Amino acid sequence: MSGRHLLGVGDLGPEGICEVLRLAETFEEVGRRPIPKVPALRGKTVVPAFFEDSTRTRFSFELAAKRLSADVSTLSSSSSSLNKGESLRDTVLTIEAMGVDAFVVRHSCAGVPAQVAGWLSGDASVLNAGDGAHEHPTQALLDCYTLVRERRARFGAVASGTTPLAGVQVAIVGDIRHSRVARSCLLAFTALGASVTLVAPPTLLPPSLEGWPVEVSHDLSAVLAKCDVAYLLRLQNERMDGQLFPSTREYTANYGLTARRAQLLGPSALVMHPGPVRRGVELDYEVADGPASLVTSQVASGVAVRMAVLYLLLGSGAPIGA
Amino acid sequence: MGPLAEGKLRERAVVMDVGDLHRATWRIAHEILERNRGTEGLVLVGLQCGGVWFAKELGKVVEQASGSGATVPIGALDVAYYRDDIGLRPVMPVAVTDVPVPLDGAVVVLCDDVLFTGRTVRAALNALVDMGRPAAVQLAVVVDRGHRELPIRPDYVGKNLPTRRDETVVVGPEGVAICDVLSEAGP
Repeated sequence: MSGRHLLGVGDLGPEGICEVLRLAETFEEVGRRPIPKVPALRGKTVVPAFFEDSTRTRFSFELAAKRLSADVSTLSSSSSSLNKGESLRDTVLTIEAMGVDAFVVRHSCAGVPAQVAGWLSGDASVLNAGDGAHEHPTQALLDCYTLVRERRARFGAVASGTTPLAGVQVAIVGDIRHSRVARSCLLAFTALGASVTLVAPPTLLPPSLEGWPVEVSHDLSAVLAKCDVAYLLRLQNERMDGQLFPSTREYTANYGLTARRAQLLGPSALVMHPGPVRRGVELDYEVADGPASLVTSQVASGVAVRMAVLYLLLGSGAPIGA
Repeated sequence: MGPLAEGKLRERAVVMDVGDLHRATWRIAHEILERNRGTEGLVLVGLQCGGVWFAKELGKVVEQASGSGATVPIGALDVAYYRDDIGLRPVMPVAVTDVPVPLDGAVVVLCDDVLFTGRTVRAALNALVDMGRPAAVQLAVVVDRGHRELPIRPDYVGKNLPTRRDETVVVGPEGVAICDVLSEAGP
């Protein structure tokens, strides 16, 4: 790992994640100023290259880069020469030749950001903004940030010397199989000391979980009673081939966080969802808007966390990770 | 005064002890009150990290010396994202900036331990502009060691201290010392 790219959570390591969280706090303060912008990345050019639909990730990456005073030119696949038959590699190298400092890559195929990083001959950075079912590291980082901050606000600071999520029980619930968020989150949560239980029907779990630091359960109600955080995932119908569960209604009955099932949660438990939320499927209206829900703060943290990542890679002068 | 200099520094001369520092802080507090005719609209902002303790100390003394019972808001400003050497060396903020009151119309006294090239103060002035429009910005430093690279001048100075460029000035609540930087392979 050269320390120049962010392709997965593993590129950061526990210290790197903590460094991002610390920087994100300083950028959250910047966001509260009358002029919420700093000149840290003046003269740098950031290219969000999104080959798959996105609202919050693209928007918050663009906003983050602009608030660092970087120049932003977004490439979207629908209006680029990819439609004239140019290959992805040629498109990337064409843009690199114009002199850019970072590519923020989202693609429906796993591994594309790593490919792009391999093609570059200069010293531009590549940030993975979600690739297939592989990873979505900045989502996991903003989830860690939201969770750590919220737990500190509600239960006080953790003792110094312990990891920020030591002893926290997290249940990641739903479509694990197709979820890059699940993969990045479980790596990030466990790196910060949490223990993770995956809850899903067998058809929505990856073919193998050997070597992953997780437990698996098929009984959501039993897990909810003892978890500190319930992290719900969206059912990714667009990635499913074939019938993986009988019906959406049956899925909700067994694996949705309905208002009724949410009563099983402990009084201090928190509810998270990476969005977009399909209300009534994974998460009931009352739960998504209830006091335990961090869904809105997760989105709000996105800009500060992405500013932290961009600054770390392009401005700080320090290599990321251990 | 051994504890002032640590690690790669060797202390050569102590130029201010606790008593000197205390008297200089009281003089600066009186100068601030005289020039601004009291504490109305006054905000003290310490620059991370060396100026923060000085701002707190100076704030306490200004409150005492004013005799009005008024409190003076104290802030802490980290200027890392405004520095002009980003990309030339590793630049990381040390703490979250905390300016507790709006700065529009306020008289901001920037506080720092050592005034040297003036580049940190330049960065701080740019940061302040993003936080509001102060009526005035003034600069208080414990030590002015010269070697300015920008047209910046302090309003309140604890001690003018001519130095060589290769020396280091160490300032803390216990006093001020001039130190030599030991090379990696030093004794």
